[in-house]
Amino acid sequence: MSTGEPLLRVENLKVDFPGEDGVVHAVDGVSYEVQPGRTLGIVGESGSGKTVSSLTTLGLTRLQGAQISGRIMFEGRDLVSLKDEQLREIRGNDIAMIFQDPLSALHPLYRVGDQLVQAVRAHRDVPKKAARARAIDLLGLVGIPDPTKRVDQYPHEFSGGMRQRAMIAMALVNDPKLLIADEPTTALDVTVQAQILALMERLQRELGMAILIITHDLGVVAEMADEIAVMYAGRIVEMTSAERLFSNPEHPYTWGLLRSIPTMEGYTWGLMKAMATEGPPARQDLVPIPGTPPSLINPPSGCHFHPRCPYSQPEHTRVDPMLEALPDEPGHQVACLLESEQRRALWAQLRAGETPAEAIAAVNLPIQAETPEAGEAGTPQPQTPEAPL
Amino acid sequence: MAGYIIRRILWGIALLIIVCALTFVFFRVIPTGDPALLRAGRDPQPRHVEEIRRVLGLNKSIFAQFWQYMKGVFLHFDLGYSYYSNESVRSLIAERLPATISLAIGAAVIWVGAGISIGIISAIRTKTVMDRASMGSALLLVSAPEFWLGLIVLFLFADDIGKFKIFPGAGSYTPLTQDPTKWFTSMLLPWFVLAASGAAVYARLMRGSLIETMNEDYIRTARAKGLPEKKVLRQGVRASINPIVTLLGVEIGVLLGGAVLIETVFNIPGVGRLSYTSIVNSDFAVIEGTVLLAAMFIIVANIVVDIAYAFLDPRVRYS
Repeated sequence: MSTGEPLLRVENLKVDFPGEDGVVHAVDGVSYEVQPGRTLGIVGESGSGKTVSSLTTLGLTRLQGAQISGRIMFEGRDLVSLKDEQLREIRGNDIAMIFQDPLSALHPLYRVGDQLVQAVRAHRDVPKKAARARAIDLLGLVGIPDPTKRVDQYPHEFSGGMRQRAMIAMALVNDPKLLIADEPTTALDVTVQAQILALMERLQRELGMAILIITHDLGVVAEMADEIAVMYAGRIVEMTSAERLFSNPEHPYTWGLLRSIPTMEGYTWGLMKAMATEGPPARQDLVPIPGTPPSLINPPSGCHFHPRCPYSQPEHTRVDPMLEALPDEPGHQVACLLESEQRRALWAQLRAGETPAEAIAAVNLPIQAETPEAGEAGTPQPQTPEAPL
Repeated sequence: MAGYIIRRILWGIALLIIVCALTFVFFRVIPTGDPALLRAGRDPQPRHVEEIRRVLGLNKSIFAQFWQYMKGVFLHFDLGYSYYSNESVRSLIAERLPATISLAIGAAVIWVGAGISIGIISAIRTKTVMDRASMGSALLLVSAPEFWLGLIVLFLFADDIGKFKIFPGAGSYTPLTQDPTKWFTSMLLPWFVLAASGAAVYARLMRGSLIETMNEDYIRTARAKGLPEKKVLRQGVRASINPIVTLLGVEIGVLLGGAVLIETVFNIPGVGRLSYTSIVNSDFAVIEGTVLLAAMFIIVANIVVDIAYAFLDPRVRYS
């Protein structure tokens, strides 16, 4: 991690949603930094709190009655304690956001150009004509052909990829310093996904903004991110540089994520590229992570991942691991109760193509007999929706 | 678009003919009373009754009668003559139309205006006292029959029989052209009563529609780009108003049905009361005229709403 003053610094952020069944601890003490002009990727399953933490940055969870604590420092101001109106001035201006489904994220009854004009005029006192010219410029910048004609069309006249481009254009009209991209490619065709990611990379190079990209797809962050934070059950369990995360992952959940992506040639080539230094794991089979994401109302005791972790020890059900830097790698933080040497030995086995059970035996880990199997791991708990959005 | 409109109008005319035929058949096949007997006075001579039958054309076959009637309606805009008063149905309706139109338009304005604004307020203040109170009273108003509500407000607020003598009561209707102020005050109670149940339905619909819309992704986008909450709400209202507008075409029929009762309760000389008395008197020609008029209103309103929908929602394309 670089050492300059970060653009965004999230400190011990907690977001709770009081509900009828209990309090949903959507984000449970998360800290991360985004440096100017850099890209942080947040990776996790549905319900890991990755979207909620970014929506909270923009104050968009306030309306849903979220209880927020911690600090979100942006350019010397704490966004958590700002008034609604001050936060509104930052939204879409200094910090912009694009969303998962461009199909539903644009208002169906307004022309695309008008929606961009609204974004400009929400923050700048410029005449409609100038705002429209800006909208046309931006539509051209994001690669929409014939922007002077497209600006007067409605979203339903755009294809999915074009709509996401229009969303990106709308996010960029006010030259944001930080762009939050929440699963920007998930709803798109694979070929279009690559185009959108390439577009975002180009725009970042040209405009110099920082990007916070949220995804469940390691392939996406492999291509885009400088740093990666892996979230599980509302917490960050591992955070390090992108290269290091793919070459030396230390958290069993990260291992699970890496082993559960298809590594066929041609697919997730960015990931392959990232792994090229040491080569991909030998085993080509997809290995799912057993069990389901835990309830965020009653999270498991101790390490939240222990019900699904093949390597958990008896005391892991009681002790809650802290996110700590590795002694020899200050830029690499892991929240795992295993010793760093044990973890490295285990990953070496897994990388060589061994199963977790084989790896445990090889590493001589004192372990409970049965390994959790898919479907029966963890106590059956109601699935928690990602967030009441 | 033009082709669509022409097709819709042709279908509308076809529908009117069907409505005509149905009312024609209903009131002749179902014996509600013999108009010839009604006109013949007390203890009529059979010869006299026959004579009336012949004059009214009731002795001809039902098809011949229908053909005669349709010819009159479509070629001469002639709706026939009242069996009861011998006046032309067209002029009977024309005399009473202004009262009904002022009742219906005023009620529709209150209906839509109050319904939508109460719905919006309830939606943005969900679960507050305000929301519960307006939704509770909406339920009450939906459940209250119009004639009952009409009698209640007369009993409470009419300046002749009311407990609180505030508004002009029944039979105070003054044409707009005669005295606009008196017209306005005399219509207040009828407007309110006629609009009540519709406004209540609209308020509930608008509330539900807006709450749903405000959870849409594009509303989140509007917030994310930093629009002030007022403008965000406007985008939400813009999107949730479409289903409400569509309903207006259907509701115009409910409105006209209500007008019959309201005009009777408040003694307003309108088409509604005319159709009521014509039903009581088995005055077929007038019944048919008023039903045809109502059907025409409903059909025209629906065509207008469908066309308006294309302008409200750019995704709708007619071909």
